[in-house]
Amino acid sequence: MLLQRVPLGIVTIWIVTMIVFAATQLLPGNAALAVLGKNATPERLAALEKQMGLDQSPVAQYWHWFSGLLQGDPGRSLVNQQTISSLTGPQVLNSAALVVTAGILGTLIGVAVGLVAAVLRDSPLDHALAATALAILSLPEFVIAIFVTVLFSTNVFHWFPAVSALPPGARPWDHVSMLVLPTIVLVIVIAPYVFRMMRAATVEALESEYGEMAGLKGLTKRQVLLRHALPNAVAPTVQAIGLNLLYLAGGIVVVESVYNYPGVGQALYQAILNKDVPTIQFLVTLLAAFYVIVNIITDVLALMATPRRRLQR
Amino acid sequence: MTTIQSPQAADIALEEVPMVRRFEWLSVLGRSCQSTRGMVGLGLTFLVLAVAFLGPLFAPEKPNKVGVVGAFAGPSSNAIFGGDALGRDVLSRVLSGGWQIIVLATLATALGVVVGAIAGVAAAYLGGWLDNLIMRVVDVVLAFPQLVFALLLISVAGNQLWLLVVAVGTSHAPQVARVIRAAALDVTERDYVKAVAITGVSPVRVMLREVLPNLTTPLMVESGLRMSFSIIVMAGLAFLGFGFQPPDANWGYMINENRIGAAINPLAILVPAMLLAIFAIGVNTFADAVTRSALRVDRTVRASITADAGSPALAVVLPAEDQAMPSKETKTL
Amino acid sequence: MSVSVGTTDPVHEQGHGGAVETGKGNMRVTVENLTVRIASSKVVIVNDVSIEVAAGEILGIVGESGSGKTTLGLAMIGHTRRGLEISHGAIRLDGRDLTSLPARKMTGLYGSAMTYVPQDPGTALNPARRIGSQLREILTVHGVSKREADERIREILGEVGLDGVRHVLSAYPHQLSGGQQQRVAIAMAFACRPGLIVMDEPTTGLDVTTQRTVLNTVRSLCSKYGVAAIYVSHDVAVVAELADQVAVVYAGKIVERGPAARVFGSPEHPYTRGLLRAVPSAERRTRLRAMPGVRPELGDPSPGCAFAPRCSISESRCHHVSPVLVAVPAGSDGSHSARCLVAPGVGTREAMALDLRVLDAVDDQHEEADSTVVLQVSNLSAHYGTKKVLHDINLSIGKNECLALVGESGSGKTTLSRCLVGLHRGWSGEVRLSDEEITPGVSQRSRDALQRMQYVFQNPYASLNPRRTVGGLLLQPLEHFTKLGRRERNQRVVSTLDAVSLPRTYLAKYPDELSGGERQRVAIARALVVQPQVLVCDEVTSALDVSVQASVIEMLRDLQLDQELSILFITHNLPLVRSIAQHVAVMSDGRIIEQGGTDSVLDNPQAVYTQQLMEHLPSFEDPVRSVGLG
Repeated sequence: MLLQRVPLGIVTIWIVTMIVFAATQLLPGNAALAVLGKNATPERLAALEKQMGLDQSPVAQYWHWFSGLLQGDPGRSLVNQQTISSLTGPQVLNSAALVVTAGILGTLIGVAVGLVAAVLRDSPLDHALAATALAILSLPEFVIAIFVTVLFSTNVFHWFPAVSALPPGARPWDHVSMLVLPTIVLVIVIAPYVFRMMRAATVEALESEYGEMAGLKGLTKRQVLLRHALPNAVAPTVQAIGLNLLYLAGGIVVVESVYNYPGVGQALYQAILNKDVPTIQFLVTLLAAFYVIVNIITDVLALMATPRRRLQR
Repeated sequence: MTTIQSPQAADIALEEVPMVRRFEWLSVLGRSCQSTRGMVGLGLTFLVLAVAFLGPLFAPEKPNKVGVVGAFAGPSSNAIFGGDALGRDVLSRVLSGGWQIIVLATLATALGVVVGAIAGVAAAYLGGWLDNLIMRVVDVVLAFPQLVFALLLISVAGNQLWLLVVAVGTSHAPQVARVIRAAALDVTERDYVKAVAITGVSPVRVMLREVLPNLTTPLMVESGLRMSFSIIVMAGLAFLGFGFQPPDANWGYMINENRIGAAINPLAILVPAMLLAIFAIGVNTFADAVTRSALRVDRTVRASITADAGSPALAVVLPAEDQAMPSKETKTL
Repeated sequence: MSVSVGTTDPVHEQGHGGAVETGKGNMRVTVENLTVRIASSKVVIVNDVSIEVAAGEILGIVGESGSGKTTLGLAMIGHTRRGLEISHGAIRLDGRDLTSLPARKMTGLYGSAMTYVPQDPGTALNPARRIGSQLREILTVHGVSKREADERIREILGEVGLDGVRHVLSAYPHQLSGGQQQRVAIAMAFACRPGLIVMDEPTTGLDVTTQRTVLNTVRSLCSKYGVAAIYVSHDVAVVAELADQVAVVYAGKIVERGPAARVFGSPEHPYTRGLLRAVPSAERRTRLRAMPGVRPELGDPSPGCAFAPRCSISESRCHHVSPVLVAVPAGSDGSHSARCLVAPGVGTREAMALDLRVLDAVDDQHEEADSTVVLQVSNLSAHYGTKKVLHDINLSIGKNECLALVGESGSGKTTLSRCLVGLHRGWSGEVRLSDEEITPGVSQRSRDALQRMQYVFQNPYASLNPRRTVGGLLLQPLEHFTKLGRRERNQRVVSTLDAVSLPRTYLAKYPDELSGGERQRVAIARALVVQPQVLVCDEVTSALDVSVQASVIEMLRDLQLDQELSILFITHNLPLVRSIAQHVAVMSDGRIIEQGGTDSVLDNPQAVYTQQLMEHLPSFEDPVRSVGLG
């Protein structure tokens, strides 16, 4: 399984780099032109193109970029000529802080509420939770963000800053209050997914024949839940959590923009506005790699939690 | 369940006998409209549709007219939702700024479902290396988060509406393909398909006559789901400034351009946010009702839903009264 | 956490400290006026059932699908499935009423004082936990110490015959065979030495031989530990062999009850009689008699006897007076009673032609069938991947002959049928249909060959396209195979529908509007409509109730006679073979180990395997013979 998935994942990432590279090659005007802007003379342009390797064949350019990527050198930003790795390092850290915190909190809340709803299934509380989850799931992230901001920052309670623009060089944990609102938003985005999957998987286990059998063995409801339902709810929930992390890879673009939070998503958005090709290439590849890796990890975890798939007869 | 009455006459002309049940998805749709959930969803959806599409006719001011009232002016008699950052009438902008997201989301959904369904059926039907190829392509496209994929295309070709539709549609297609492939495989494995296949009927005909008619319900369920994702992505893109021509009004972008004035005139962001929220919730609630009603008639839907691990529809478990019948016994023999 | 730690036995809290040795058997279970209904719609599923089981006694509850037997069995330990409720009645376990006990107390009783053996242990054992931990749990949760539990598990594994299986405790359920899983479930049920065990069709899906050992295990454990046992089943023969007392259930009510030998030896209720006449006999060839009509819907409000619409001896009063259980024969001690207004009366016996032993033997005019070979299979071998699953199969079917291919699950009988009709392509050998050799792949076969051999699937719930009407289903093969004009086509459809005894109004119906038996008739009609020479029937009655099975079998028999049809009848059911087939081929491990005339093979089996099959077959013909408890 692992032996099969890892090479496949590597191939996927590799194809992604080719697509990203090909797509950015289609950009109208080339990178040298973008750097020089209006004061580009043909001579300077040609010189810069030569310096940037733009006069080589696309394949050679790709190879140059790709080998650089493998050696940890994704090139330089067109905007300020700094190396992308030095720029994105802190951004990755900032986004990771956000995603990890929100991921853990959202998962815990989702699992806990899901268990409660499963035990109290078909009660008014369960129906209310299900309706709430459905409503939240349908909302765009920035709409949630606006509601959260209006509530906790600008209008009702003035508890937290509406903008989370960390000063350059600052670590996210130096400004915890700035992290609060984006974290709340992401938790609200994540938790309903985990909740629904947890509830569904637990209900299925509780209402399964082995769930019924466990009750007829003399286990209390709590024992049935913990010993029989939970082990079977792990795999689907792990997959839901994995999917959430993947969903976050896209969601952070919007949420970080709302709060001007200096993370990967915000950086990608700015790079796209600035047509900063090398940065776009690198960040999209990074997000895709994140997707593939998380996918493999969750698949393997889910497999390990499912003896029926893991062990042969 | 069907509208066909059994003819009572002993001798009936076979011509009058319906041969195929064609429109089961209509009955599923009808039943979901009758459920409370479906009615609520449909009601909310139509409410916002009315605002978005009839609204431009009723806008009291030109939506782009600057300085109707003061910047972020509060509600007043000539601007009941107050003014925005440039003193434009929020009500007029709200009334004229809804249709783009809805149209683009619908088109993207249609494109994604059509492309995905074709790819999914083809993969299931052709099997072998073509199946493998299609599924690898699906894997690769899935590796791009939907929004990122759309942003990437925009950065290549600029802020073009058709491009947004293509980008979002294309990013839907892999999920649809996965789901429909699983549903088609499930149907292909059924005895009633094999029963026809072993009489030597050509595979294409089997696919068209026996398999496809049984995929309408999963397709419908999947369309509902994709629509709610389309709204999220399209609204997100609008928030970031894509999918319309500034200075035209757009609910998504209104929230972006007016959030600095949130403390002064919160209505400038809350009203479009509420409308977007109501629409998204309405569509999703209706899609949920359709899924539930489909699950009741069609086992294929379950197979297709479980193929889509990310689908929130997987969390739909039928309420207790549907399971109350001691179905175990009927399975006994 | 309601389990009272330290006592292994919440019912007898005063004694039996060493429950491990003595057990807590010798309980008496009394059910009074038990009624179970759907909580939301108030539809009654189990209706006013009163019954008693003594310690060491096995009560068989017999019924067909939808009779409420499983619901009744579960309700007897005070349990209902979600959405159901016990609305009325009392369940007394040693005098204590379970329905009035709080849930905490019930939890303490489950697993220790009363246990349940599920129909399908494959789904009732937790797939994510090892067998050992699931077995140990039922002991530790009731306060047995870990060491004691391990000791008891070793003992009980021996008793159910699992001690020889390596690593059984560290295995996950899916790693065991169906028979092993069922033994685990039985071990679990007996682990705490309960007073009452409810078993729900625990041998459904097991082979005859496995079934025999499981039944023997159940019997010996019940008598050894003085357990009151309830055995729920649709299989009359199994119940007849195993049970001391029998209750026959129809539409949620007990229609007849009494000692097994009496109920099956001289049944009084017309439903019981109908059921027994529908069951094929392994000993002699009989024509099966189906009951007319279908069972009433749940919650059918019509007054009177629920069986009256299907009953051959019903009188007008039966349709408005609800009968009660009365002792039969009239005036006897009441150990045998039936819920019928008419049958227990004098003078009806002749009218019902009730002596089961004098069923008319099927006319053996097939014996004179002409000897033209229609289907000839020579040296057929089949593979799945690299694994050889069929070895040099040779058989032939003559014109107008029914050849039964009989074997247990995994014997390769279904694979053989799949090879013949083109569902499995991995085979070599020679198959001739009349004078034409047929290929593994369907696409290389001539249209004529495809038309001449038709296939009927096992499960009629899966084999009919839900989007087509009956008319559409029957027309499809006609359009494909023939160039008949519209008029002729329609005539063919209508006459085929007549042949399978379905009314013409059914042409406009969809499969989901039909019962299982009707569906299977449609499936057979679809095969017959193109007038094949050979019909391959793969376990076509195994998804049907026994009374419905009888009607389908008789229909096939008539078709075979009237339409000069050759039938390859694949089944695991030896009594069915006796009833319908002129010739039989016995399969085991992918080989035909014995074939010949049905009577000669079954009466005088040569292969050891066939002998075992016949020997292990449960039978209700002579229940007294095998009831070994008395």
